[in-house]
Amino acid sequence: MQIIKDGKIINDDTRHLADDEPPTGGRFTVSFARWQTERENLRQAEGTVGVRLKGGDELASIALDLPRLEPVVVEFPTLADGRAFSLARLLRERFGYAGEIRAHGDFIRDQVYFLARVGVNAFEPVEGTDLEKLLPALKDFSVNYQAAADNVELVYQKRGK
Amino acid sequence: MYQYDQYDQTLVNERVAQFRDQTRRFLAGELSEDQFRPLRLMNGLYIQTHAPMLRVAIPYGLLSSRQLRMLAHIARTYDKGYGHFTTRQNIQYNWPRLEEVPEILADLASVEMHAIQTSGNCIRNTTSDHLAGVCVDELEDPRPWCEIIRQWSTLHPEFAFLPRKFKIAVSGAAKDRAATQVHDIGLHLVKNEQGETGFEVLVGGGLGRTPIIGQTIRPFLEKKHLLSYLEAILRIYNLFGRRDNKYKARIKILLKETGVEQFTQLVEEEWSQIRNGLELDEREIERVKSFFTSPDYDPNAAADKSFQATLSGNPAFSAWVRVNTVENKSPGYRAAFVSLKAQGIAPGDMTDAQMDIVADLADRFSFGELRVTHTQNLLLADVKQADLYELWQRLDEANLATANIGKATDIICCPGLDFCSLANSSSIPVALEIATRLEDVDYLYDLGDIRINISGCMNGCGHHTVGHIGILGVDKKGEEWFQLTLGGSSSNDASLGERLGPSVPKAEVASVVDGILKTYVELREGQESFLDTVRRTGIAPFQEKVYANH
Ligand code: SF4
Repeated sequence: MQIIKDGKIINDDTRHLADDEPPTGGRFTVSFARWQTERENLRQAEGTVGVRLKGGDELASIALDLPRLEPVVVEFPTLADGRAFSLARLLRERFGYAGEIRAHGDFIRDQVYFLARVGVNAFEPVEGTDLEKLLPALKDFSVNYQAAADNVELVYQKRGK
Repeated sequence: MYQYDQYDQTLVNERVAQFRDQTRRFLAGELSEDQFRPLRLMNGLYIQTHAPMLRVAIPYGLLSSRQLRMLAHIARTYDKGYGHFTTRQNIQYNWPRLEEVPEILADLASVEMHAIQTSGNCIRNTTSDHLAGVCVDELEDPRPWCEIIRQWSTLHPEFAFLPRKFKIAVSGAAKDRAATQVHDIGLHLVKNEQGETGFEVLVGGGLGRTPIIGQTIRPFLEKKHLLSYLEAILRIYNLFGRRDNKYKARIKILLKETGVEQFTQLVEEEWSQIRNGLELDEREIERVKSFFTSPDYDPNAAADKSFQATLSGNPAFSAWVRVNTVENKSPGYRAAFVSLKAQGIAPGDMTDAQMDIVADLADRFSFGELRVTHTQNLLLADVKQADLYELWQRLDEANLATANIGKATDIICCPGLDFCSLANSSSIPVALEIATRLEDVDYLYDLGDIRINISGCMNGCGHHTVGHIGILGVDKKGEEWFQLTLGGSSSNDASLGERLGPSVPKAEVASVVDGILKTYVELREGQESFLDTVRRTGIAPFQEKVYANH
């Protein structure tokens, strides 16, 4: 499978495990709920484990685990569920998470720019999405008014020069 | 007024390019209707009864004559020759073609305008006092703060997909003319005990299905923290606002369900973590403020004698001056309303020709600027008293000088069934019929200030719940009926109207309103206003009168 990561299309074999699927080794993710209950076992499992978050999940309860979790996936059950934007930004800004944050699910091209600004650096859209067409969305805008997780130069800073 | 620099212009241009591509993909079948909906909504485009409806942002209601001419051009070229000004100081076009919307947005961008975030579940156009900068009761001009909020909220990456729409209003005067208590966030410029100016922050007001008056969650916020505090509120709302039911998704419901104390605590905790990183840049504040200085007033304007002379010789002109103009803080100047509430015209509607005329008048008489009021009229804020007579004549020729501002025929009215696909009933014909019965101006003036607000459905775009007389269209087995309320207000003494009784059929609304007004005349004591009378007597005497005859 392919995804976009750090501005490039790359091959990716991360597996998103259902709650009853045993760890497979390699790179895999589990739901937030499963991580909470099976944390110890999953740590012992072979491979690298990441976690999938959705709106409502309490970030503080995995704060200490974050350095060892990758990727952290923010889920889009529907494209209108904008909680992922806040979760991603909190991960970067409040919890200092430096690893891969991946948007997964029903987001669309026109959210990609915003997602990148709040700290998402990997994009796994619904199957069948043409990644080549998604890629330019990272550059939809060249000016930004407000601070976010991407630390770009803001309009008022440019003006101040 | 604020002028774009290269950065503001680049952003708007890039947005046009983005929407052009989105429209192309939709028309080519690459985007489904479900995928296109949030995108077109965030560019102000609805699908309406007849055609798409395009809502154009007029930031805090401020327009230049050049911009108004462009709005006229758009009405003429892409629509049927008119536009409709809304209660949120924006303008709507009811007949554009989807394929042409990217062109319209490009035309708008050429005069520093856009339709960004005029609909959709995002932060909408920030509204303000139409008398900002010229009124005598102002602590500080709210417009620089509105502009700072406009820039911050424009394409905010975190808050573009909120549980529901989000509206902010800012007021800097003693009298609240911006309906701040019925917005998701209301900001009042206030002074604290140390004499510093800052913001009182209200949250959770709103109209619609569950009308609620906003509550103060912070009595004083230092100005430099404005954006971090807004950001904290929005983040709490984005994370915890309900997404399971769109009728319970506004921040007012979150506030109600959490309780104001706990909600405030959540916001304050969030704020304490982000406030230091998001302080407003002092130089940027000064830069924005520099656009809102007073115009080049004539220091001798008050010396003019012609004004008095024209006043005494002309009762129609003097009525217009009394009713349709208000004091301007600069001596010898007044602020003059352009009434969009002439007999027989849908409230808030304006033709392309009228827009061109008013743009010219703004150039000649008011420093090339004008404002849109939330009561769906326009305002020329800085007119020399010596020019008022000629201004009146020109407005009168264009059917824009109906002397009824604040009176019973200055009705706020949503588009209703005639245009809106959500409507239960046609609000415009009801407004027109009520106005027809009030043709006798002596009677109209005798009634004093009365706010009649009409919405075609529960969504309340016509602000019916805060009308002194509120009129709401309801569907009764496929027929149009109307529910009346009395005693609402969106000013400092904000309150929600009380239900008068069972709804009445469309054909009877105007006569019921007539009966309410007559009852007021009987009940009032001395100069008592309609609202004060209702508040003193309660609605019972009005009920008796209305339902005895029906
Ligand atoms: S109040 Fe209802 S009918 Fe009127 S414009 Fe709003 S949604 Fe449409």
